[in-house]
This record gives sequence, structure tokens and C-alpha cells, in this order.
Amino acid sequence: MPQTADVRINGKEFTVAEGTSVAAAVLNAGYSMRTSIHGEPRAALCGMGICYECRVTIDGCQHRKSCQVLCATGMEIETT
Amino acid sequence: MAADAIVIGAGIVGAACADELARCGLKVLIVEAGEIGGGATAAGMGHIVVMDDSEAEFALTHYSARLWEELADELPSGAEYTAAGTLWVAADDEEMAEVRRKHSFYAQRGVRTEILDAQDLEQAEPNLRKGLAGALFVPADAIVYPPRVAAFLVECACRNGARLERGRRIHNMAELANATALIVNATGASAPALSPGLDIQPRKGHLLITDRYPGFVRHQLVELGYLKSAHSIDEDSVAFNVQPRQTGQVLIGSSRQYGSSDPAIEHRMMKRMLERAALYMPSIGRLSAIRGWTGFRASTPGKLPYIGRSPRQPNVWIASGHEGLGITTSLATAKLLADQILNRQPAIPLEPYAPNG
Ligand SMILES: Cc1cc2nc3c(=O)[nH]c(=O)nc-3n(C[C@H](O)[C@H](O)[C@H](O)COP(=O)(O)OP(=O)(O)OC[C@H]3O[C@@H](n4cnc5c(N)ncnc54)[C@H](O)[C@@H]3O)c2cc1C
Repeated sequence: MPQTADVRINGKEFTVAEGTSVAAAVLNAGYSMRTSIHGEPRAALCGMGICYECRVTIDGCQHRKSCQVLCATGMEIETT
Repeated sequence: MAADAIVIGAGIVGAACADELARCGLKVLIVEAGEIGGGATAAGMGHIVVMDDSEAEFALTHYSARLWEELADELPSGAEYTAAGTLWVAADDEEMAEVRRKHSFYAQRGVRTEILDAQDLEQAEPNLRKGLAGALFVPADAIVYPPRVAAFLVECACRNGARLERGRRIHNMAELANATALIVNATGASAPALSPGLDIQPRKGHLLITDRYPGFVRHQLVELGYLKSAHSIDEDSVAFNVQPRQTGQVLIGSSRQYGSSDPAIEHRMMKRMLERAALYMPSIGRLSAIRGWTGFRASTPGKLPYIGRSPRQPNVWIASGHEGLGITTSLATAKLLADQILNRQPAIPLEPYAPNG
């Protein structure tokens, strides 16, 4: 049986395959990641930790680069 | 147009001088080698702070802080003027005694301050570590974004007929052959290059800015131990000095070093500075930093800027040497310089700021 991780994104429960990045989980769940200072939705662009467009709050810590963090059971993810 | 006054350097000090002189009807030429406000003015923290190291420092910073209050309504929003107030943080009882001393010093001179005990401080700044002794709150101190203010003051000068020559570096005063114009040397830490003999040493500082964390810090926070470290001349020093930007970013300072003219970031100093910050605000280490840089303060042996006629160069006036307070003292510098040029009565005594060479 494949291993999975249970995370919450904006308060909703999601189960993802082990090794899924937070960025992939958030996009699969249908959310954008953050709102620009001019109010536009932003999401992962480079996928390799350079562009900073994919920042989300993970376990209360703001501005984490979601493409660089793997989902782990119990993780609380919030987009803005 | 023949200029009456040539201001060399469009940092915040030169910009303020140009604005004041143009306002008084002089034809002003501003000569800037690089960007407006691109020198120390772009590097600094923009904390407008009333200081009490000496009567002359108090007089200048207090006078200037009131001028900032008057200017505040005219400033563009990009100048980010915020009357956030300063909290001088006391770590122990000894520093609490300093809080009380400062409180009465300011009270005697008409500056309102409040003494915060440990509990008040915890409420005012929840991200400070527990167990600090208290703080002195100076509500009227403010924060600005200095390069935008410098640009605004140049715009004001130009509306009053000043002309700006950008991208021109003056190598020698003799280049400015117009014998009738008075010249203002407002080139900050580079002032001795044009006015040999002026005693100004560059004093390097490091800063680091984070991503946006609105509310993480609410006032300009400065440790009281700062006074000890800022004054030791021979040693490199760091102090806890943290500022909330209007964007929600946290600007973290600062270090002081002599004997270096290399602007490169020294990781040894950056590390010490951040360790000091984390000592006061343990959770600051969880914030994500986006940029670090350095700048050079123009320090003088008397710890006061030079504002007045050069004793060696006829027609030359000096407005340089503002160390770590040039944003605060820029506006008063411009007034005091114009007072001397135009024979007006100055608001405070001029003698302490006489150029030494
Ligand atoms: C790390 C750090 C933190 C600071 N924090 C604060 C703070 O919180 N509050 C505060 O009040 N102050 C602070 N300061 C101090 C403040 O930034 C300076 O005192 C102030 O910016 C000095 O302004 P200035 O116009 O004299 O110099 P500068 O801004 O350096 O301007 C000089 C200008 O002259 C030009 N120039 C130089 N030579 C020539 C030439 N030969 N020909 C033509 N142009 C020339 C340069 O290009 C430059 O634009 C800080 C400084 C540092 C380094």
C-alpha cells in the first residue's frame, strides 16, 4: 500500500502521496498560494525555490516556499 | 543661469540644504555624482530620534524632529512617515536606572516620554523575550523611507528654481570656477576628498530586511546597551535595533566598524548582529530575510556634524559628518546652514557644529 500524508489546507483535510510537495498539494486542492500586494493571485512559477511566488504559511510560519517543503502528516497549510 | 549656491551631493542633507536655500530665493545648482539619495541615505534606517548624549546633540535632534513633524503632512506617501515611537529597551535593573535618568532628562526639556515596566513592555511588544526589565517609550519619534524624502526635497528645490545636474562628479573645488557662487559640501563620508583636512571617518554599518510580517514589531526598538556599544571607538560593535516598515517588513540593525571602506557584507558582522537581535527577539530567527547591505556613516571626533563655513576654503560651506543621525538632523542642518549664509537668527546655538578643518 502506498504511503500517504494527511494535511490540512485552509482548514480542509487532504490526503496526498508521500513525497508530494506542499506546492503540488495546494495546486491540486485548487488554491492559489498568495495574494500580491496589488491583490492578484499568485502561484508557484519556477518550482525550484527561486521565484518566491509560492509562499504559504506552514504550521504558523509565514512565507515558506511551498515548492521546497514536502507534505507531512499533521501539517497545517494556509494560503492568503 | 549663474547659480548663487552650488550644493554638491544630493543625499538627504544636500537635498534639504538645496530646498531651504531655494525657498529663500537663492538660485541653486545641485550636483550629484550618482542617484539622488543613493549614498548613506539609501543605506540608513530612517529612524527620526531625539538623542541625549550631549546638550548639543539633543538640541539638534530635537529641533530637527519638530521640523519633521511640520513637514510630515507635505510628504508623499512613498516617504512612509510613521510616528511609531521609540522603545529604549532595558534588559536589567542597571539599564532601568538609565531609563529613569533619560525620562527626567527629556522631561526637563519638554519631551514627553513614558516609563514602561516589564509587563507593559510585554504587552507593547509580544515578540520580545520575557524577563526584560522595561523600557522608555518616546512617542513622538518617527520612521521615514529616506531616499524618497531626499527625492521629494530635490523636487521642492526644483519647483523653487533649483537645477539638478545628475551624473556629474566634482573632483576638485577648482572645477567650480564661478567665483561668486557659494559652495555647499554635502558629500557625506566623502566630504574630505573635496575639503582636505576635514576630520571625517567612514564608519561601516550592516542592515538586513525581512519579508512582510505585519505586526511582528510595532515600534522602533533599540537596546539601551546601544549607548555603550555605539561609543566604543576602537572595537567593532553590534546592537539590537529593529524597525517596523510600513510594508510589514522588519528592518534589522545594526553594526559599527571603523577602518573598513569595502562595502561587501562581512558575514562575521552580520552573524553577530543577528545573534544580538535573536537575544532580544528569539522568534526573529523564524522570519525570512530577503536582502542585506552595508552603508557608511560619516563620523567626526566630536560626534556632531559640521554645519558652517569651511575654515580653509573661501566660499565653501560644510554640511557633512552626520554619523548615524543624518536622517534625523538633515532638516535642522539645512535651517542652520541657511541661517549662517543669510545672517538669520538661528533657533539653537551654532558653535558646537563649527567645522574643524
Ligand atoms: C547602517 C546605517 C543606519 C543608519 N540609521 C539611521 C537612522 O536610523 N536615523 C538617522 O537619522 N540616520 C541614520 N543613519 C545615518 C544617515 O543615513 C546618514 O547620516 C545620512 O544619510 C547622511 O546623508 P548625507 O546626505 O550627508 O550623505 P549621503 O547620503 O552619503 O549623500 C552624499 C551624496 O553625495 C554624493 N557625492 C559624493 N561625492 C561627490 C562628488 N565628488 N561629486 C558629486 N556628488 C558626490 C554621493 O553620490 C551621495 O549621493 C544610518 C546610517 C547607516 C550607515
